[in-house]
Amino acid sequence: MAQLLAEPPSPPEPPRAVRVEVRGRVLRTPGGAVAVRVDPRTVAVCLVLVALLLALAVVGVGTGDYPLSAGEVISTLLGGGDQSSAFIVETLRLPRVLCALLVGGALGLAGAIFQTITRNPLGSPDVVGFTYGSAAGAVAAITLLGVDGPGVSAGAVAGGLATAALVLALAWRHGIQGYRLVLVGIGLGLLLRSLTDYLLTRARYEDAVSAVIWITGSLNGRGWEQVRPLALALALLIPAALLLGRTLRTLELGDELARALGAPVERGRVALVVVAVALTAVATAAAGPIAFVALSAPQIARRLTRAPGPNLVASMLLGAVLLQGSDLAAQRLWPGRDLPVGVVTGVVGGLFLCWLLAREWRGRRRT
Amino acid sequence: MSPPSRSAGLIAASLALAVAVMLSLALGAKSIPLADVVHDLFQNDGSQNATIVHELRIPRTLLGLAVGIALGLAGALMQALTRNPLADPGLLGVNAGAAAAVVAAVGIFGISGLAGYVWFAFLGAGLAAVVVYLLAAGGSGGATPVRLALAGTAVTAALLALTQAITLLDREAFETWRFWWVGSLAGRDSETLAGVAPFLIAGTVLALLLARPLNALALGDDAGRALGAHVHRTRLLGGVAITLLCGAATAAAGPIAFIGLTIPHIARAIVGPDQRWVLAYSVVLAPLLLLVADVVGRLLVRPGELQVGIVCAFVGAPVFLMLVRRRRIAQL
Repeated sequence: MAQLLAEPPSPPEPPRAVRVEVRGRVLRTPGGAVAVRVDPRTVAVCLVLVALLLALAVVGVGTGDYPLSAGEVISTLLGGGDQSSAFIVETLRLPRVLCALLVGGALGLAGAIFQTITRNPLGSPDVVGFTYGSAAGAVAAITLLGVDGPGVSAGAVAGGLATAALVLALAWRHGIQGYRLVLVGIGLGLLLRSLTDYLLTRARYEDAVSAVIWITGSLNGRGWEQVRPLALALALLIPAALLLGRTLRTLELGDELARALGAPVERGRVALVVVAVALTAVATAAAGPIAFVALSAPQIARRLTRAPGPNLVASMLLGAVLLQGSDLAAQRLWPGRDLPVGVVTGVVGGLFLCWLLAREWRGRRRT
Repeated sequence: MSPPSRSAGLIAASLALAVAVMLSLALGAKSIPLADVVHDLFQNDGSQNATIVHELRIPRTLLGLAVGIALGLAGALMQALTRNPLADPGLLGVNAGAAAAVVAAVGIFGISGLAGYVWFAFLGAGLAAVVVYLLAAGGSGGATPVRLALAGTAVTAALLALTQAITLLDREAFETWRFWWVGSLAGRDSETLAGVAPFLIAGTVLALLLARPLNALALGDDAGRALGAHVHRTRLLGGVAITLLCGAATAAAGPIAFIGLTIPHIARAIVGPDQRWVLAYSVVLAPLLLLVADVVGRLLVRPGELQVGIVCAFVGAPVFLMLVRRRRIAQL
């Protein structure tokens, strides 16, 4: 073994040049107490994403066993429409769509933070084991404790947090290093997956199916009881994340430069990890561990805006668009089968990840 | 290690394997004294114990031997071919490819029975191996350990989601999947082994024949070529052997990870880098680990059992984490 390991390791990834572009214009409050740099392209992308998001939401509310046209949906949402369509829209479909948008947004934001902290396009709650941990926790809650609803969510969040902590602890060696984090996450993830699979073999058929649907990540049957706590938590977490965005930009320059610029490196990183994990946790509690949204949203957002930095707002909007789009696809492709949305994001996201890896390794672009 | 002590070690490992075989025949939900096992082996007198040994334990133990050899050899081949200490059929998505193809065969094409879906397993395993390798090897820098692991994870994730989609749409496929997916030797009859045996034998022979060229390739492609090894032919044949071994093992027992990762490391720690010895030790040590894991799984939660794939994951994952935490790999 010594010989094999003693082989010269392949060259470490070359340090990536961080090109600090200064684009756009600075908006200042009178007196200059608050100044925000605004990039026109980013603003345009965000506006398009908001429009897309609203359109997908309207189509989503109109989709189902009893289809509604876009006009009917909008007039119902604005307070018009008859009683039956009001019931369908407000009780049945609107919560599901809102849930998709909020969960997708939270995941996109969490992914953008993770990827910037680890300075690695693969740093996401999927890869650091949170997803597998929450799946194991949820399946344990369903099959061993026999709970449902909030109990499953609690189990999932507990499992996810415990796993994230374990991965971080195992990967810690003079600080967190991107690739070690990813590899430890992969190894621990495999272990947890086999634990999950074992629990599935011991369950009754009905429990096993509902457990698999839960751990795939599903929006079926989500109601206001999921949307309300989610919205409340995000009302706190999203501003926190955006406020920390400035630290994030500085961290992107590398620890030493960031320290030299006066940023609180370790404290800032811990605060960011806490916010990102909390975002993932509330999203998982509402919809289960949905794969790959957190990974792909920031990557696509970065390509669209072409702006350096974490692209927090664009990633969040794109996460919402991706998840709502995937949920629509899951409903439309197999009508009546209630296929969980995680299946769509898993297949599409896995392929996207393959493409991303291939592109990055060809070295045609910087990350 | 000197050649005589290598041989002595191999003999000792073989004896340990023989003990594991006897234990696998004797222990389980109903344990049978060893003396009775020996008696029943040679004389099927129709007693309950003899029936258990002949109908249940012998097929299961033989299957464990065959699957263990296949996974150990496949892991050793993968690590040698890719010069990558983290290579493992489970980590690199090969097992997931075979598994997804089998589930597709059951759920979409309605094929049941091993003879039908074993071909799908080969197809899936081969395709996944090629895709993962091409993904990781593309571009500058070549297929580094980290790249292969990441490519394997990406491909596995996509295949897993596909598998879930199929199983959630089809109750029968789901019921087959959830018991088969964990990786188990239980409930497989002798036909299972007979169905995959030809492929396993072919793969094993091919793998063992590759030992010498692999030694040359260990020095790097150019040095290997200078030493007279056919680089591309060796890679291709190695890929065929891996596909045969992993596809057949997965079709028979379900995806079992980490055996292919840990065993070659243990073998190299004992005998050094000579592939001939690494492969020989892998052939003995891998079924030893698999059988011991299987027996432990039978005893831990009696009268139920812990599937061998799960025991292997709990043994192998710590080894993987230890490897990852070593400085050299972590630096990549």
